[in-house]
Amino acid sequence: MTNDVQVEAPQAPPDATPTFAMLRTLGGISLISGLLVVLAYQFTLPIIAENQRVRTEQAVFRVVPGAVTKRDFVLTDAGLAPAGEGVQGELIYAAYDAADQLKGVAITGVGNGYAGPVTVLFNYDPACQCIVGSKILQMTETPGFGDKMETDPAFLENLKALDAKLNADGTALINPIVTVKNGSKTHPWQIDAISGATLSSNAMGKAANTAAQRAAPAIQRDLAKLTAANHTGQD
Amino acid sequence: MAELPKHQEDLSLDTFVRGLWKENPVFVMLLGMCPTLAVSNSAINAISMGLATTFVLAGSGALISWLRNWIPKQVRIASYIVIIATFVTIVDYAIQAISLDLYAALGAFIQLIVVNCIILGRAEAYASQQRLVPTLVNSLGIGAGFTIALFALGSVREILGSGTLFGLHLFGAGFQPWVVMVLPPGGFFVLGAWLLLFNWIKQRGERRADAPTGVPANAR
Repeated sequence: MTNDVQVEAPQAPPDATPTFAMLRTLGGISLISGLLVVLAYQFTLPIIAENQRVRTEQAVFRVVPGAVTKRDFVLTDAGLAPAGEGVQGELIYAAYDAADQLKGVAITGVGNGYAGPVTVLFNYDPACQCIVGSKILQMTETPGFGDKMETDPAFLENLKALDAKLNADGTALINPIVTVKNGSKTHPWQIDAISGATLSSNAMGKAANTAAQRAAPAIQRDLAKLTAANHTGQD
Repeated sequence: MAELPKHQEDLSLDTFVRGLWKENPVFVMLLGMCPTLAVSNSAINAISMGLATTFVLAGSGALISWLRNWIPKQVRIASYIVIIATFVTIVDYAIQAISLDLYAALGAFIQLIVVNCIILGRAEAYASQQRLVPTLVNSLGIGAGFTIALFALGSVREILGSGTLFGLHLFGAGFQPWVVMVLPPGGFFVLGAWLLLFNWIKQRGERRADAPTGVPANAR
């Protein structure tokens, strides 16, 4: 093809931007960005850590009524280990009353609901081997339907004495915790679903079951560590 | 860099005020719809998101305006995005430090401020051409306009959908919340209603301005 039909006046080519100018600008801006981000991170880190500590503590004390202190433990393959010594794993929280008596153990479970994961903190009572309370930490369930799990008195009644007894080997629950259709609860390890919010109710059942299946065997095996924690633990 | 001389705006009250009404990012320019619809389900979420966006607008606008003569146009988008992302990260940490509950309520929409078109639009159309102080004032005006718009949506949705405002119960126990208002469709309903109101007021104002001379401007 030729350009012999071109009628427009030829335009002067744009000034070439030096490569150095582009590199200098992007490098300089990245440096400023790095400094600002690191500064913000370092400044807020202790405040955020404290916020998280207070939030966990409040949740544990709310789910275990009468508790005034708590100790954190980690679920490991070898059993329970005190948290904060570089041990990785799921945390459980042993809660004690003013007389240093173990009031309950807060354990976390997650179940998939209608609109995403539902994270719940349960109060596991080692003496009766049952779940005696719950608090939803995070959920995105539909307002007016799924969020009734927090407010519906009949549903919350399910979580006041939910059977979580271990089998003879102490490795798993005798009867897995399950959610059943609204109005058909017959056993203490069943959760009666909320009518109209079945998927959310199922999430609560799954959360309770996974929490108890994972934590209850370790808690029962190492119960001595929990009851002795306040006398031997760090203060 | 050899740049064409650009129109430099003089600082005036209009630099700030036009963001509230004439160039309101939500009600006039229809920008930033993603956070507008998603986090306006309660008044406190709406105000928090508005303030967070205002901070990013002002911070990134100021830095871009300050550096405008050093940013070659070939790398300007990359530069703007890095600057905007920096301020979004700062605001992300700040909200976690202020309240973890608020942070959980706003969710991913804090990080999504990076791609909020109000901010990149302002950087490209205003901050990259204007001096520092007018940019700062204009950004604060646009931010205030965005915050007011979000509050307009958030307060109506919270009152109708939860029967509360800032968490305080407004009605008696007999009130049946209009739950759809706090769900995504409610965001569209309330936004549509506000746009209707805004356009009606605007058109009424224009009709008055066009009214034949001899009729007093304030005649009804």
